[in-house]
Amino acid sequence: MKLHRLLANIVKLLIFPALALSAAAQAQAVEPGVTVPSFSEALTALKDSPLSQRGRAIERFAQIRHPQTLTVLQALLKGNLFVLKNDGRLVIGETENGGYRLWQADTGDSLAAVESSRLDRINLTNRMRSQLRMSIALLQLKATDPEIRLNAVRDLGKNPDDETLSLLKDQSLRENDAAIQQALQLTFALQDLDSSDRALRLAALEALNRQTSPEALNRLRALTRKDANGGYPEQDAQVLKLAKSALVKIEARLQFYAAAETVFFGLSLGAVLVLAAIGLSITFGVMGVINMAHGELMMLGAYTTYVMQQILPNYLGLALLLSIPLAFIISGLTGIVIERGIIRFLYGRPLETLLATFGVSLFLQQTVRSIFSPLNRSVTAPDWMSGSWQVNEYLSLTWNRLYIFIFCLLVFTLLLQILRRTRLGLEVRAVAQNRNMAKAMGIPVARVDAMTFGLGSGVAGVAGVALSQITNVGPNLGQAYIVDSFMVVVFGGVGNLWGTLVAGFILGIANKVLEPFAGAVLAKILVLVFIILFIQKRPRGLFPQKGRAAEA
Amino acid sequence: MTHFLRKTGVSSAMWALLLITALGIVGMRSARSAEDTIKVGVLHSLSGTMAISETTLKDTMLMLIDAQNKKGGLLGKKLEAVVVDPASNWPLFAEKARELLTKDKVAAIFGCWTSVSRKSVLPVIEELNGLLFYPVQYEGEESSKNVFYTGAAPNQQAIPAVDYLMNDIKAERWVLAGTDYVYPRTTNKILEAYLKAKGVDAKNILINYTPFGHADWQSIVAEIKKFGASGKKTAVVSTINGDANIPFYKELGNQGLSAEDIPVIAFSVGEEELSGMDTKPLVGHLAAWNYFMSVDTTKNAAFIKQWHDYIKNPKRVTNDPMEAHYIGFNMWVKAVEKAGTTDPEAVQKAIIGIKTPNLSGGVAQMLPNHHISKPVLIGEIQEDGQFLTVWQTNTLVKGDAWSDFLPESKPIIADWTAPISCGNYNTETKKCSGQNY
Repeated sequence: MKLHRLLANIVKLLIFPALALSAAAQAQAVEPGVTVPSFSEALTALKDSPLSQRGRAIERFAQIRHPQTLTVLQALLKGNLFVLKNDGRLVIGETENGGYRLWQADTGDSLAAVESSRLDRINLTNRMRSQLRMSIALLQLKATDPEIRLNAVRDLGKNPDDETLSLLKDQSLRENDAAIQQALQLTFALQDLDSSDRALRLAALEALNRQTSPEALNRLRALTRKDANGGYPEQDAQVLKLAKSALVKIEARLQFYAAAETVFFGLSLGAVLVLAAIGLSITFGVMGVINMAHGELMMLGAYTTYVMQQILPNYLGLALLLSIPLAFIISGLTGIVIERGIIRFLYGRPLETLLATFGVSLFLQQTVRSIFSPLNRSVTAPDWMSGSWQVNEYLSLTWNRLYIFIFCLLVFTLLLQILRRTRLGLEVRAVAQNRNMAKAMGIPVARVDAMTFGLGSGVAGVAGVALSQITNVGPNLGQAYIVDSFMVVVFGGVGNLWGTLVAGFILGIANKVLEPFAGAVLAKILVLVFIILFIQKRPRGLFPQKGRAAEA
Repeated sequence: MTHFLRKTGVSSAMWALLLITALGIVGMRSARSAEDTIKVGVLHSLSGTMAISETTLKDTMLMLIDAQNKKGGLLGKKLEAVVVDPASNWPLFAEKARELLTKDKVAAIFGCWTSVSRKSVLPVIEELNGLLFYPVQYEGEESSKNVFYTGAAPNQQAIPAVDYLMNDIKAERWVLAGTDYVYPRTTNKILEAYLKAKGVDAKNILINYTPFGHADWQSIVAEIKKFGASGKKTAVVSTINGDANIPFYKELGNQGLSAEDIPVIAFSVGEEELSGMDTKPLVGHLAAWNYFMSVDTTKNAAFIKQWHDYIKNPKRVTNDPMEAHYIGFNMWVKAVEKAGTTDPEAVQKAIIGIKTPNLSGGVAQMLPNHHISKPVLIGEIQEDGQFLTVWQTNTLVKGDAWSDFLPESKPIIADWTAPISCGNYNTETKKCSGQNY
């Protein structure tokens, strides 16, 4: 009972840090016998509270020790706590088959599933969410899963008061997980810096030396900042010296990670550019067709993903994977129809091809607008593509970009193998090198043209599936990428897949290196100017075609 | 970029061709309908990049006109909508406006989205003395005799939003992120001046512009993250336009910036935009508007029902610019009834001071500066794509055409009633510059 009240107070204090000063007074002010609401009372209060009172209701509820307390709080934080419309019962729901699977909130008993229209969600504001996070962290400090404990320790360590600190100190005596211990030590070190005990402060600085967390950095920066007179507010020379050297070390590490991050950003932007351009590299590079509808073929791929997700709403990941071959087929077939229907009549007349394919692009856009409406469609990212891989405090790589990077390399390798090792690839290369000779050798040139265009278009569709994970799925999707795609192909050297790959990555990295200094708008302009100058010097791009084929 | 320019050049030519044909059809139709109708022009893009937002407004106008006709029309005549498609092409907006006024002789035009389109229409509408109702929030610094601004001016959206972040969220560091065009640039200029006047140090303000449709937000989000890691509460004020928002919020979510750590308040993200997004990473982020679909009033419930019945899709959402058209249209109807004629001069005089109910339970009034009074609501995005109102003004805020926070426009007011009758009146020199925009 005593511990219970103590915990209750801690929760209250965490929620109102302003009250922290009067902590001692408060602890005594609580008389024995003050009515603590029962679990069901608190739960009902939580359900019936208007938005303005909800924060208080949550706070009261979180103080109650009950097997269901944590479950209810977690459901509330995730937005999974509902009121059943017909009988007003409080339930926890999780999406399943387009409806919700339900559990009774107070007992945890499983209930029959219902449609979402029969549920009213209990809404939260940001303030309530951070309050909930704290309450949950407090309840999870003794969880068996070390990862949950680590998060709890991190949450609690953000702005700890004395009571939380002593709780954390208790935890550190018991804790044998290294990462959690480190997080705890960081919290203590930051607190010890403010202590009046010099030895403690020096020891704290020693500990901070090994840290890379933003909190440590901010604290050290504040400590070594000069005041208005140009002197240091910090009087202790040794503390100052140690703080400075710790700061230098942390900043050096930071700079390294920032550079690594920029390279990753550049590579991932490059991967997107390569994916968008690689199909074009085949149609434009190998066949010499300026296909302005290339972007719209990507758009078709993105819409395929959307449709697949509509068909399989419960298997988002599977829908995404299935979309890859499907998008290839749909965009590829569309490509073949465009080639057979329009482009084959225009070979050798680039200007007419450009205008005709531009018309096709408008046609495709407006078709999508009529079928799917001009509004963007929402493509949901599956869980394994959301969030990021936290390498350490300062370096985290987002999963979706990481997957797209790998996907890009896969598509590239596959395409390269098709061109190198299959019969189609051989024929494509033959036609690209010398059309008439290939014809004379008995290669069905018309069929190869159609297949090549289909291949390039199909790859565009596959790129569209990847793009649906990072950008809007709407009628304008293609326009955003068409210019960049041409840029990459021209820069890389027409007709060379390796050139496209290298060019995409160079442009991506260049863009990301320039962006922090120049801003996004200027960075883009600078890259364009660079390409123009480069093309002046080397009109055939990075990897020009060599041999007689190049002159043809 | 060069490609892009060339492309739009080609596209405008093609659209022009298409539109000439469309024109012929419209012309034939209007020749048939005699003088017994009042024509209302609807100037919203139905194709091109802006179709995403504007198509809905076209439907809203048709719904409102249809409802008015069922009530018996206006001045004993039926209303007739003349819908044209400016195809997201700014010069075409001007051409279409001219056509509506000279050929179709519409009594009023409801339309435009983005300030560029409005500025392109302005000279035409002033020359031919037409009426334009502009339903979208904008950067202010304008008041034309012929335009009625039913969307929010900066003091009805941006300034209250910043006040909320400063007083309720206790934000100390500010990121002003926007798309690189006139609305974000002017709004951020006003906000920067406002923040500085409130004592925010220049090094606590980070301003960032990105091109239209920017899709790769990695480094900018990383920069915001770094800027926000200083221990002081950081908030992002976003004037990022439409399409660039999805990748922006996705990147925020993926890099682990939650609304609790760094809230983003947006001025261009409404229910319609949210309906095309995966809302998971957005939950808790904010938007400032003058209307939310979730507003709980009987007027709003009736409006939503009317919309669902008209569009025959119960899943469609309503949004702020739709409410602006609702208010603007009702004001125009009342003004015409008061004046007894659709003559623009008479309507301009009659409409000032007209009051009509808005959908959030208040009464909107047309002010002498051609702006209207509106409540300001701040909402947090919920998982179902709706907003949960967390803050709102007690009273209606009067739209201010010329911002008081920019030194150059501080002494300037707009007042279209006698004796001033000027959109750009300098209260210090007591002169009307005549330059209304």
